[in-house]
Amino acid sequence: MSILVIAEHDNSSLKAATLNAVTAAQAIGGEITVLVAGSGCGDVATAAAKILGVNKVLVADNPAYEHRLAENLAPLIAELVSGYSHVLAPATTTGKNIVPRAAALLDVQPISDIMTVESADTFKRPIYAGNIIATVKSTDAIKVMTVRTTAFDAASEEGGSASIESIDNGHDSGTSTFVGEELAVSERPELTSAKIVISGGRGMASSENFQLLEKVADKLGAAIGASRAAVDAGFVPNDMQVGQTGKIVAPELYIAVGISGAIQHLAGMKDSKVIVAINKDEEAPIFQVADYGLVADLFDVLPEVETKL
Amino acid sequence: MKVLVAVKRVVDYNVKVRPKADGSGVELNNLKMSINPFCEIAVEEAVRLKEKGIATEIIVVSIGSQQAQEQIRTSLALGADRGILIKTDQELEPLAIAKCLKVICDQESPDVVLMGKQSIDGDNNQTGQMLGALTGYPQGTFASELTVDAGKASVTREIDGGSQTISLVLPAIVTTDLRLNEPRYASLPNIMKAKKKPIDETTPEALGVDTSPRVSILKVEPPATRAAGIKVASVDELLDKLRNEAKVIG
Repeated sequence: MSILVIAEHDNSSLKAATLNAVTAAQAIGGEITVLVAGSGCGDVATAAAKILGVNKVLVADNPAYEHRLAENLAPLIAELVSGYSHVLAPATTTGKNIVPRAAALLDVQPISDIMTVESADTFKRPIYAGNIIATVKSTDAIKVMTVRTTAFDAASEEGGSASIESIDNGHDSGTSTFVGEELAVSERPELTSAKIVISGGRGMASSENFQLLEKVADKLGAAIGASRAAVDAGFVPNDMQVGQTGKIVAPELYIAVGISGAIQHLAGMKDSKVIVAINKDEEAPIFQVADYGLVADLFDVLPEVETKL
Repeated sequence: MKVLVAVKRVVDYNVKVRPKADGSGVELNNLKMSINPFCEIAVEEAVRLKEKGIATEIIVVSIGSQQAQEQIRTSLALGADRGILIKTDQELEPLAIAKCLKVICDQESPDVVLMGKQSIDGDNNQTGQMLGALTGYPQGTFASELTVDAGKASVTREIDGGSQTISLVLPAIVTTDLRLNEPRYASLPNIMKAKKKPIDETTPEALGVDTSPRVSILKVEPPATRAAGIKVASVDELLDKLRNEAKVIG
């Protein structure tokens, strides 16, 4: 078997999500090739070649791929795919945007968000917001899929020595143009890769009160998340939302503060290793998934935690 | 300007679904069904384009059983002009759905195709992107803002870590994210009016689409449950547990 993994990157650095996808590829087994498509992305290719378990890196360095627009990348992937048995990408917003478009060009029904590899053609994936896990088997000649990054460990970034090969190929559909982007800048670790996440819900009561969480987060080196209720109430921006429709996280420690635990929030965090819930309502569903629950007023608890850390 | 909106009939988002006892599928009998929430946002966005004088006609299409007509009627009550039901009792995969929609695009030549970024049953998040590949239309997925002007669509997309804005040449596909808008409720007069709006019916076979499945579901099961945890009485006890039992903080 021969597997093509689509690298996630920003032209200057390789994103950690790629490492999880490589681990999923290793679980399938076979030769692993990583595709780095971008513009001025030589450093990314060098980094990809060092991933343990990667055999080859293909670099498509072309201005058309600078912003990884689906219209340009999908035909590139479709063209490269002959000779591969599997195409994998991390289930990031970039992967989800590009992979189905490439699959349709190949007349393949892709599989989204795989959580386990049962065999080379059979995988488990969540449906119904993670309330059901389906075991699915693909009958397409090429298996195309996205990988739920929290379900696979990261491959080692060191120890590999893959060959790097350039592809001279530029697809520019001319139908889509990048205008700009606004990325949240934070001193804190990124939500989806942080070892500790502390999230606030409607119980935080205001935007200002999130400072209480920030103080604790700073002491723990944690990322800050929020429930959809807190986002909808306007306490925090939507990129902080943890849940089925927001970010899926699985840190070592997840601390839910003033979060009741709606199904859609649980779907985004219940794979965390250790879950702590702090809520003054002892009936809150969040306690059913928490390893440690503290029934108390968060406005008393947070300052106390901060002092005692 | 013509807008095509694709909508899906799904189990209502408030209903908790369970696997069938034999694990062969999801128990769907007698559950409340609704329009997929992301699709409802797509309908609302189309109606807003019409209210702004940009869209002149909104066609809503659904693929599913005869009952999917209810979701088309709901969309007509929100402001769509006419409906198309592609009738099938088979559960179609996104690729087959995209192929059906491609034929409708060929027939109707829409300027903008609006659809939800994913349905809350299959959670595939694929159909819009696949329709893009089949039609050659550019795609603005996970949209949180849309403006249409002078043959172009400007789409702000929700991406990991922030947002991105792209410009698409029409015709284009836009898939909606939750924050694009807040759908209105249909008024009673509009619900009555919707009953008189036309719905055409066709089938995947009539559209010439091969719907044979490519992926088979071998088994469905509930997710692994977490072992019940404990309640702690104080912050001191909590921190002690985290330090010495779970060993997740220093």
